[in-house]
Amino acid sequence: MSTATLEPRVHAQRNYLNDDYGWKSWLFTRDHKRIALLYLVSITFFFMIGGSFAVLMRIHLVEPQGALVQPETYNKLFTLHGIVMIFFFLIPSIPAVLGNFLVPLMVGARDLAFPRLNLLSWYIYIVGGLFTLYSAIAGGVDTGWTFYTPYSSTYSNTQVTAVAIGVFITGFSSILTGLNFIVTIHKMRAPGLTWFRMPLFLWAMYATSIIMVLGTPVLAITIFLLALEHLFHVGIFSPALGGDPLLFQHLFWFYSHPAVYIMILPAMGVVSEIIACFARKRIFGYRIVAFSSVAIAVLGFLVWGHHMFVTGQSVYAGLIFSLLSFLVAIPSAIKVFNWTATLYKGSISYDAPMLYAMGFIGLFTMGGLTGLFLASLATDVHLNGTYFIVAHFHYIMVGGAVMGYLGGIHFWWPKISGRKYPNGWAALAAAIIFIGFNLTFFPQFVLGYLGMPRRYAFYPAEFQVLNVMSSAGATVLGVGYLIPLVYLIWSMRYGPIAESNPWGATGLEWKTSSPPPTENFAEIPVVTEEAYAYAAEEAAGD
Amino acid sequence: MTDAEAHGQLAGLAHQFEDLEQQQEADALGIWLFLVTEIMFFGGLFAAYAIYRWLYFSAFQGGSHILDIRLGAANTIVLLASSLTMALSVRSAQTGNRRATVTFLIATMILGGTFLGIKGVEYNQKFVEHVVPSLDWAPEGQSLARLAPGGLDHAQIYFFFYFAMTGLHALHMIIGMALLLWLVLRARKGDFTPHYFAPVEVVGLYWHFVDIVWIFLFPLLYLIGGRY
Repeated sequence: MSTATLEPRVHAQRNYLNDDYGWKSWLFTRDHKRIALLYLVSITFFFMIGGSFAVLMRIHLVEPQGALVQPETYNKLFTLHGIVMIFFFLIPSIPAVLGNFLVPLMVGARDLAFPRLNLLSWYIYIVGGLFTLYSAIAGGVDTGWTFYTPYSSTYSNTQVTAVAIGVFITGFSSILTGLNFIVTIHKMRAPGLTWFRMPLFLWAMYATSIIMVLGTPVLAITIFLLALEHLFHVGIFSPALGGDPLLFQHLFWFYSHPAVYIMILPAMGVVSEIIACFARKRIFGYRIVAFSSVAIAVLGFLVWGHHMFVTGQSVYAGLIFSLLSFLVAIPSAIKVFNWTATLYKGSISYDAPMLYAMGFIGLFTMGGLTGLFLASLATDVHLNGTYFIVAHFHYIMVGGAVMGYLGGIHFWWPKISGRKYPNGWAALAAAIIFIGFNLTFFPQFVLGYLGMPRRYAFYPAEFQVLNVMSSAGATVLGVGYLIPLVYLIWSMRYGPIAESNPWGATGLEWKTSSPPPTENFAEIPVVTEEAYAYAAEEAAGD
Repeated sequence: MTDAEAHGQLAGLAHQFEDLEQQQEADALGIWLFLVTEIMFFGGLFAAYAIYRWLYFSAFQGGSHILDIRLGAANTIVLLASSLTMALSVRSAQTGNRRATVTFLIATMILGGTFLGIKGVEYNQKFVEHVVPSLDWAPEGQSLARLAPGGLDHAQIYFFFYFAMTGLHALHMIIGMALLLWLVLRARKGDFTPHYFAPVEVVGLYWHFVDIVWIFLFPLLYLIGGRY
């Protein structure tokens, strides 16, 4: 904390934001921090697109017979909502924004290992996004985000090819990001930064990158085959010609289940940083938490069959996949217990990032535990294809991943922008999001348990009360998301200047100025202590 | 910018690295990881191939027997030779022999072009015999006699795999040719020294990978079903 007063900020010093001006300095930048901001703007745009599809759906479901759109349009709404939110918001969210910004800073390097590839990955993402936007405008797509064959290959006459190309292309941006992170973490750590001195965010990024690098190519080939099948009807996924639609599901979920961990592992990394900082304690069981990230990445590749319990997979395969799915719950639970143990006897302060992190722990626990219902063969038969599933994965992806993302944005915003935001508004937004989220999705657990199927434009009248609750909650949630957008943009111009370490946090990213200079560090730092040396720091300060 | 200037005298060292050794290690790890992604990419296709070959073996057998084994074998030899010239060009770059580097790179390109030419002849044959799935699918005469026992629909799946696998492989070859051209231009300018030759090495590894994919494709597509 003592460093804060030592910096006279009369004139804004040179930093990555004022180093150069003009659109060229952004669109041709190779600075990881600027690329992170390019991603921040783009994924926010796609988040609003995907969110508006959700708003239309929730308005439609206020009435049992549907209040707004034709059933065909409804199908397109939930499909595009899923595609945009998963491939264009959640998967790039924390890795491409916070990871891009923080990985070189946290390892004490001047940039990622391959800055040009990093910029290329953003352009690839944009091209993929344009294909998807084109398909939305040119008539949409109605297959569900999972593109199940033979519906997507044979029967759907919507823009399957354009969306497939968009998803295929975007995959390469996440491959390049993952590759860049792995090489950077392996080869560019500052002197003294051993593997077990790394912040847990880096461990999470490393595990995430492994999934991106190993999983995404399989999605690419799957989508490639799907597009060929859709265009030429050669029969590989078409039962009429001897093809096997289940093969598509196997290949698709081989990526798309691990992709869930691409979304949640980075958020877990963020939460580890925030919890340690605001409890002023080293993370309880640091090594176990680090290894649990890797364990989730590895086990995550072995559980894809739990999406296929009722689609014709053999019972024995189902049994094994069920067992493995229970196993993957263990490293997730380890993290939750260790965060809780970190809080125990910590000196906790409740700044906005901490509120998001606490929200994450609660909502992720709900999402994780309801996942066990779905990993059990018998209960899954009842719950599969109902709103229970919708609620479950929104607790993980929105309650978990988005809360983690927002927590991270709030935690590192002073570093990214060099400005502080109003903490009261941020705390209010966190509370509104938490309440709105639960109001939206908790009723869906009940709806699903009572048997309301997902992806239907109509529902029986007795489900109306719960659906109206859910739609009301979505409104609250929407307001909650808009508030940070307003005050964060406001803070960029009017927010108080942030010192280099406003939270008194450990980690190399806080040792450089806010915002950091283009070359990150005047001199490459030398690391002499373990991560989260909070107690030691405070003892030295006293 | 002082940082970049400090490194300015070391040719080929990017600003984010401390020294050439670190850069070389990062480049090597990067290309190996990229090859891992390529293995996963082709792996999905190979897995699908394995399943259908198991399901419809006789159709795959019939399809395989229609392929021209002499052209496939010739291409295997051409590609192996190109891997040799590629390895020699990496070696020449390491020893700082600019002329030999350029010569071997061009030789690799010629061999790669030969492979693609022969592949084009084979693709053309498939159109002549009307065994292109979906686009031109009407096997007749001897082809029909060979494909009929396994079922024509299933044979079409075999030929789909034939075109998808060799097509993706050929696409990788074309990308490799473009990379080789880029290397030739850089090598002629004298960009590569015994201290800095990573691009040659990286493209070399890519080229060998594409070669290895063909080493798997050739038996899987041409040699199945007890032909001899």
